Amino acid sequence: MIHLAGPYLLAAVLAGLGTYGVLARRNAVLVLIGIELVLNAANVLLVATSAAGGDRWVAGNVLALFVITIAAAEVSVALAVVLAVFRLRGDIDLSRATEPSGSER
Amino acid sequence: MTSYDVAFAAVGVIAAASGLLSVTTRHVVHAALWLVVSLGSLAGCYLVLGAEFVALVQVLVYVGAIVVLVLFALMLTRAPIGPNREVSTSPTHRVLAAVLGAGVTALLCAAFWPLVREAPPVRREETHTSALAEQLFGTWVWPFEVLSLLLLVALVAALAVSRIAGAAEDAAVEEQLEAPAQDVEPA
Repeated sequence: MIHLAGPYLLAAVLAGLGTYGVLARRNAVLVLIGIELVLNAANVLLVATSAAGGDRWVAGNVLALFVITIAAAEVSVALAVVLAVFRLRGDIDLSRATEPSGSER
Repeated sequence: MTSYDVAFAAVGVIAAASGLLSVTTRHVVHAALWLVVSLGSLAGCYLVLGAEFVALVQVLVYVGAIVVLVLFALMLTRAPIGPNREVSTSPTHRVLAAVLGAGVTALLCAAFWPLVREAPPVRREETHTSALAEQLFGTWVWPFEVLSLLLLVALVAALAVSRIAGAAEDAAVEEQLEAPAQDVEPA
């Protein structure tokens, strides 16, 4: 027997922390860390729904696995973009990223 | 409070606290390492919730691959070792971000509150890996295959992005090498 209030509260807290991380960071890689926290909040919700029973086709668990896969794909592309920006501009500071990266050279 | 509630609260508090540290610390590398703690304890949460396979995949893919990629990118972008004020925005901006983050948490709590208010504890359903595999390769097989295609596309895209940037950088270096020579010639 388990109360669902705990997982729901944890998901809400993680989503808030992730939002803060996305908005308050200047380093592009640290923004990605915030995005990971939001994705994990979604996963906690999915798994909690599955643990409560009553979902057909084990949907909560399968969708959590899909979210993890999509997060892996997203991170690989995002880090390639970050590294490309670093090679062109010499830094990955998002608050200075007002101009297209090619024109600053 | 059942024993599962206590176990979930223990790992959940660790996950939330290390998540907070990973978005607030001034050490760039520490942020990634706190993310490891947060994702690892979330795997513990999944175990408490009876999703053993998701917990294993969380450790393998998130902690094993994604965090390593993040650390790799931090090293390649010459992340400063030690505390650095430059990684976060200005204090005003951070206060606004904190207000928005708290707003998101409050909104989600308000949305979930009717679901859990006075709700009795539910019987914890364990998802066994064999049942999960049966559904994954039965009901969900087409989404699963499309996801493998997505991973392939992401891989190729990452390669293409880094190659295009590399070509642009080479062109820039060549321009810089040629430019002084052209300046000298008229003189």
